[in-house]
Amino acid sequence: MTYLAKPKIHHPSLPKNALGFTRRDYEGAISTLCAGCGHDSISAAIIQAFFELDVAPHQVAKLSGIGCSSKTPTYFLGNSHGFNSVHGRMPSVLTGAALANRDLIYLGVSGDGDSASIGLGQFAHSLRRGVNMVYIVENNGVYGLTKGQFSATADRGSKSKRGAINRDESIDLAMLALTLGATYVARGFSGDKAQLVPLIKAAVQHRGAALIDIVSPCVAFNNHVGSTKSYDYVREHNDAVNRLDFITSRDEITTEYAPGETRDVLLHDGGTIRLRKLDAAYDPTDKVGVMAFLEAHRAAGEVVTGLLYLHPDSTDLHDELETVSAPLNTLADADLVPGNGALAGVNASLR
Amino acid sequence: MTPPASAVSRVNDFVVKFSNVNGSGSASANGLFAKAILRMGVPVAARNIFPSNIQGLPTWFEVRVVEAGWRGRRGGVDMAVAMNPQTWDKDLAEVDAGGYVFYDSTKPLPPSKFRADVTPIGVPLTAICNAEYSDPRQRQLFKNIIYLGALSALLDIDPVEVERLFGEQYKGKEALLESNRKALHLGRDFALANFDCPLPVRVKRSNRVGDRIFIDGNAAAALGCVYGGATVAAWYPITPSSSLAEAFGTYCRKFRTDTASGKKRYAIVQAEDELASIGMVIGAAWNGARAFTATSGPGVSLMQEFLGLAYFAEIPAVLFDVQRGSPSTGMPTRTQQADLLCCAYASHGDTKHVLLFPEDPTESFEFAAVAFDLADRFQTPIFVMLDLDIGMQDWLTEPFAWDDSRRMDRGKVMTRAMLDSGRDFGRYLDVDGDGVPYRTYPGTHPSKGGYFTRGTTKDRYARYTEEGPAYVDNMQRLQRKFEMAKEVVPAPVIQQGAKPAKSGVIWFGSTGAAMSESLVALEADGIRLDQLRIRAFPFADSVADFIHAHEHVFIVEQNRDAQMKSLLVNECGIDPSKLISILHYDGTPVTARFITREITEKARLFNVVPMRKVAP
Repeated sequence: MTYLAKPKIHHPSLPKNALGFTRRDYEGAISTLCAGCGHDSISAAIIQAFFELDVAPHQVAKLSGIGCSSKTPTYFLGNSHGFNSVHGRMPSVLTGAALANRDLIYLGVSGDGDSASIGLGQFAHSLRRGVNMVYIVENNGVYGLTKGQFSATADRGSKSKRGAINRDESIDLAMLALTLGATYVARGFSGDKAQLVPLIKAAVQHRGAALIDIVSPCVAFNNHVGSTKSYDYVREHNDAVNRLDFITSRDEITTEYAPGETRDVLLHDGGTIRLRKLDAAYDPTDKVGVMAFLEAHRAAGEVVTGLLYLHPDSTDLHDELETVSAPLNTLADADLVPGNGALAGVNASLR
Repeated sequence: MTPPASAVSRVNDFVVKFSNVNGSGSASANGLFAKAILRMGVPVAARNIFPSNIQGLPTWFEVRVVEAGWRGRRGGVDMAVAMNPQTWDKDLAEVDAGGYVFYDSTKPLPPSKFRADVTPIGVPLTAICNAEYSDPRQRQLFKNIIYLGALSALLDIDPVEVERLFGEQYKGKEALLESNRKALHLGRDFALANFDCPLPVRVKRSNRVGDRIFIDGNAAAALGCVYGGATVAAWYPITPSSSLAEAFGTYCRKFRTDTASGKKRYAIVQAEDELASIGMVIGAAWNGARAFTATSGPGVSLMQEFLGLAYFAEIPAVLFDVQRGSPSTGMPTRTQQADLLCCAYASHGDTKHVLLFPEDPTESFEFAAVAFDLADRFQTPIFVMLDLDIGMQDWLTEPFAWDDSRRMDRGKVMTRAMLDSGRDFGRYLDVDGDGVPYRTYPGTHPSKGGYFTRGTTKDRYARYTEEGPAYVDNMQRLQRKFEMAKEVVPAPVIQQGAKPAKSGVIWFGSTGAAMSESLVALEADGIRLDQLRIRAFPFADSVADFIHAHEHVFIVEQNRDAQMKSLLVNECGIDPSKLISILHYDGTPVTARFITREITEKARLFNVVPMRKVAP
């Protein structure tokens, strides 16, 4: 880590996006995580995704819980409001925030301890409610800030840095998200930014609950032989089912693919997900098939990555609650307070 | 049957206690009984006494008919309407000498089941029902209406008022209206033919109800949330608070549905637990919506960590704690005021929270609305401390009123224009010297006013720091802010003579119902006390002044540990020996009889000399 402050001045030649922002406008404070931490790569992917999406940084609210992963929102989107809440409870805070203002983009950042252990309940309920959010789990299978204890996503039989063997079954958050009704489920690897950036971009554009489980090795406590969350292990066992391009409505489609190689999925909020199939038989809209595929590959010790599942006609919590289109936090007295006249009727009915 | 000479003549001053089996549909008939008397202009104080159960266990409904308008329980029973054989012995034992027991005489009871000093009034309810109805459900439901009819004759309740209530209840359902009317008269005719109606215990038309309304505190608080501008409610079901969240939904459907689009200007989420419900409230309030949750003691226990975050990160939140018997699961369907310390100092570390203590449904409405202004103004959680007695019982209470010129006070929120004008924004910067900083809502400005909210320590510009001076600076500002709240929260209500009495009495919340009656009784006995009703924590300076001005002050509260006394001693630097606790905590609402007896005994002990000698 470094204590050097970043200069605020941009190089004039830095490329700008459609809104006139440079990549630097999407950065945050200097990371205080360990050099080589997978989480920093994820922060970089988030920066790139929002830059490329032409989203104004202040239109994003970033929320997190507690842990190494939950520290990262300080390191990207420095002009966005952030909320580092309490351990395992980011989903409820995010849900409340999303209820208050449906117009912002909600980015929840969590870790495997935060989401699979202390916060498993809130993880589950925010997904089943269909909160319109991008829920990123920076998954390293270990408690970093408290120095190397197993987390609930550590695979059974994997070895800790001190040599202990994990006896408990692991929780597969992507699989869990499928059963809970998440309408966008992806798995990425912090070491594969080219795959990760479009996964984040498409998740932002998706309406409803989007989960991205990102395997993100902990260089300090979980990157040794015997770990199933190390760089080497994931590189060797990564089975990417697809690659995707996220195409906004104004993008020109330039790359040509042979017929049958790609599949376009139109999102109703605009934009198209172009899937480049790496596994010809894999259908990310067939939930039952996806679950069978994931389970089979998990048994074989493989880490399936890519866009695992997508519900193209998803709805979100606001749709279900039938709230007005104006954000609730913009409603004024006239919209909310029925006045003394209405009380006369209430009083009369209570006599 | 003529009542014995010993029977007490009690016109507009008696207690009827219905014993029923829960799930038998009696609540509706009992409610009609209370309301018909109200419609005759005679005040009632009604209380449901019910178990933590859905069907089959005993339940009671106590109606105190009281021309004087007292709202507390009196204690004692003048007529038991004994509809539950399971509780017969206990119900009969409660009746005051000279009283009555009304019962279903279809199956004869042995003489040993009666008392010589209690007049039995047997009506063959089951026999009447069975002769009239064949459907078992109808037999059950109309039995309730038949006893209502018989009581109307015995107690001289105007049947026209009951029929009018039927008419309102079954508007457009003529068949139901007619069958209820018929059942009413079956009971009424039987009583008129077989008893000397009315009894000396009876209702006489009066004009003492005025324009008051009859409503429970949870519904009133829910309506207060609508008027307070709440748009987000997150809650987890827990007795006795659930009906607050449900009533909010009902009022919102009525008042907050957009007429053009049919869409809702509110969002209600039933959360997975209390941790999530307070988390959602905090998230919504952080993002600029007015948000609340309703819960009870166990829920507050679960919310502790989040409450510390809201205090420290300065996020508005409104919580309704409808207190019940505690600790632990305690007595879920009984009342107490035992969450004061748990709420006042909720969460680890140095924390303090604002508490409001409404005394009845009218104040529940008002304090609910004002809680949202206070939360925004002080950027901190506000607890509205209800209890089961206020929350779930229907009270005769002043009608609701609203000043249409009133506007939501959103507190210090820095807007885009203010940021553009070059104003320095530090989320925790005390620009006005009142300890309250400015906040920005997410999404306000593309390049200014963004900040990071955290539960860790931070400097005035919301930057993470573990520097001692910065931490102390922040903690002192929080304390300053809390001090500022003292004179802004609802002020205590003080009543004292031109010449101060030697002793005073302090109470709060639902205790007021019994207190006002007790004070009259004490004064009649020569014990005059100056009075202060606490309506909020932190305490206004006038609370300490009141205590200092008296030799002794009685503190009446409904918990074992004298929690309000602890708060007073702790926060106002009061000598504990000045404060004499009157504690009632068996789960029933405190009665005037209890307070009067306790204060009378302790007044002697503490030499609170009566103004005049108590009659021997």
